[in-house]
Order: sequence, then structure tokens, then C-alpha cells
Amino acid sequence: MSVLIFTLILLLGSYFAGLLGSLTGLGGGVVVIPLLTLVFGVDIRYAIGAALLASIATSSGSASAYVKEGITNVRLGMFLEIATTVGAVVGALIAVYTPTNTIAILFGVILIFSAAMTIRKKNQDALSEGSSLAARLKLNSTYPVGDKEVAYKLKNVGAGFSLMTFAGVISGLLGIGSGALKVLAMDTAMHIPFKVSTTTSNFMIGVTAAASAAVYLQRGYMDPGLAMPVILGVLAGAFTGAKLLARMNPKILRIIFCVAIVFVALQMIYNGIQHKF
Amino acid sequence: MKKISEIKDKDVDLLVAYLLRYGVLLASGIALLGGIIYLIQHGQEAIPDYTFFHGEEDGYTTYRGIVEGALTGSAREIIQLGVLALIATPILRVFCSLIAFALERDKMYVLITLIVLSVMLTSIFGGLKV
Repeated sequence: MSVLIFTLILLLGSYFAGLLGSLTGLGGGVVVIPLLTLVFGVDIRYAIGAALLASIATSSGSASAYVKEGITNVRLGMFLEIATTVGAVVGALIAVYTPTNTIAILFGVILIFSAAMTIRKKNQDALSEGSSLAARLKLNSTYPVGDKEVAYKLKNVGAGFSLMTFAGVISGLLGIGSGALKVLAMDTAMHIPFKVSTTTSNFMIGVTAAASAAVYLQRGYMDPGLAMPVILGVLAGAFTGAKLLARMNPKILRIIFCVAIVFVALQMIYNGIQHKF
Repeated sequence: MKKISEIKDKDVDLLVAYLLRYGVLLASGIALLGGIIYLIQHGQEAIPDYTFFHGEEDGYTTYRGIVEGALTGSAREIIQLGVLALIATPILRVFCSLIAFALERDKMYVLITLIVLSVMLTSIFGGLKV
């Protein structure tokens, strides 16, 4: 296959990865890794490098809109980024000593978990009684619903922080944004309304991914020939997805996509057990 | 012109939003430029073997190597410069937040942001090349 054909196919594949990622909330990196490894037979380490870049591109691209609308909790994001960046660097360091087959199996498991998290019912209500630690850290805030601002408080800061560290490790180890884990920490542990938790998670992904991306870049995991079509494709797809999202209800699409993701995940786990990576 | 004491969270949010947007557009612009040159020069060649991991050479993994390579017009290193710009965007965002929190005189968040920034800078410059 020539470089030109390969680049064009990868560009198209990444476009759909970004499109589906932004419509379903699963992030582009989740599709990029199976696409590169299962379809093109690319070594999983190169795939991780490319997927991290896809995560940064989509996070930075879409977070800007949510931040502008005032939905994202910037202070909460910054506080939790202590946990995710430390976790991400640790994860990127562990990755060197982890066999690629183990990484593939783990990726499959996290993929199934992420799919399940995406279709489950999310916390909608704003908490009126928060913990004193949350107040001291100035994490309580408001977000716009229609024309008015709704105030919310949060609790279980410690539990949320620990879960975030784990999310960071997974992100650094597998090269994904691990948005599902971040949302789990904010939604289930800290009781934050899902609009705030999903957008804040998205906002944090770029910083988490950049922390481990620097390690991967210096270790030679990032190939420009793969990075270029993946960055451009995923970003274009994510922008299209964000435009479409305002006009459609992606509920059914989300379920179909999640079922597909589970099949891909099982394939990754099977190949991992068979030592095909 | 606004007085420093009047800087509110909303202004910070806007600054962060623009930084993220233009950072990512600049990074993809550089990658696109490098990509076009790459395809013109190497488009007809067979794809490199990605099935075996051998790691990239110094020209693609050190900051100096990338910048020097890009300046000589090497297509793959121009793409890699775009990759660097992409990675730098969230780091710059944290740096901007640091300045914003300092202007707001929010000492606790200046400290929190400094911790995040130092973790990121450690990963970039701290010899984590294992």
C-alpha cells in the first residue's frame, strides 16, 4: 500500500472516530486504537501515541465551547488535574514494563466499562448540601440551565480524588482520555450534575493526555506519518459531531455504538490472550 | 481597560477558551502543512513498517531535533512540530490559569495550579526517558 492511500484511509477512519466519539461522548482515542491495531496491524505502542494526540485534539477543540458557555467547572478541573497528571505520568512509566498483550486485554476491559458507563442513567440533580472540604476548596459552583443559573454543591472530595488518580494511570497506560472513569468519579462519588461532570471531564482530558504524551514522544511512540492523519481526521470529525449534536438526539446511535464497541473490545481481549500483539 | 481587581472567573474562562481553540487550530495547521509536503514527497512510496515497534529516532523525539529538522524543511519533522504544538496547548492553558488565579489573588488556586504545572514540566524535562 502506498503512503498516500494509507493516509487517506486513516484520515477517513479517524474522521468517523472523531464524529462518533463526540456524538456519543466516548472520545476519539477509543476508536483510533482498535482501528490502527486490528485493521492495519500497527504495533499497539504506535497506536497509543496516536490515540493520545487524538484525545488532546478533541479535548482542546470541544472544551473551548463548553468553557465559554460557563458549564465547565474550571476550579474543580484544576484541582482534580493534580490527581490525573500524577497518575498519567505514573501510567506512562508503568507502560514500558507492561507487555503489549496485557495492555491490549486491559484496553478491552476498559472499553467495555466505558460503553456501559455511556448508556447508564446519569445524575441530573444538583446537590444542595455539600461537604465542608468542597466549600473550603471553592469547588461548589453554578451552571446555566436555559436562562437561569443553577447552584450545585459537591461531596466526597477524597473519594473523587482517588478515583481520578486511577483514571490518570489508565489514561497514561493506554493512551486514552479515560473520560468514563473521570465522569464516574465526578458523577457517582462527588454527585455533580452530569452536564458539569461530562464537560469538566472533557476539559481535563487534554491536560491529562499532554502529561503522558510528553513521555511517549520522547520514547519514540509518536510517528508523524500516523499522527498527521489521526489528528486532522479526529479533529474534523469532532467539530462535525459538535454541530450535529445540537440538531439531533443521539440516544439510539449511542446504544448501537456501544454494542459495536463491546464487540471490538472482545476482539482486543481475544487477540491479547492469543498473544497476537 | 479593566482594573486587575475586576478580573472575574468569566474573563478567565474566555481566555482559556480562546487559547484552547487557537492552540489546536495552529497545531493542526502545522501538521497539515507538513502532511501535504510529506505526501508530495513520499506519497507514492510503500508505507513504513508499523507492525514492529522500533521507536522513532532523535530527530522526532527530542525538542531540539524536531525544531532543527522542521527548520530544514523536513516534512515529517514539520508534522512533529505540529504534534509538539498540540501537546503544548494544554500546558499553556495551565500556565494561563496560573496567571489568572494570581491576578484574582486566589492563593490556594495559585498553589494548586503550580503543582499541576510542575508535574507536567517534570514529565517534559525531567529525564523520564526510560
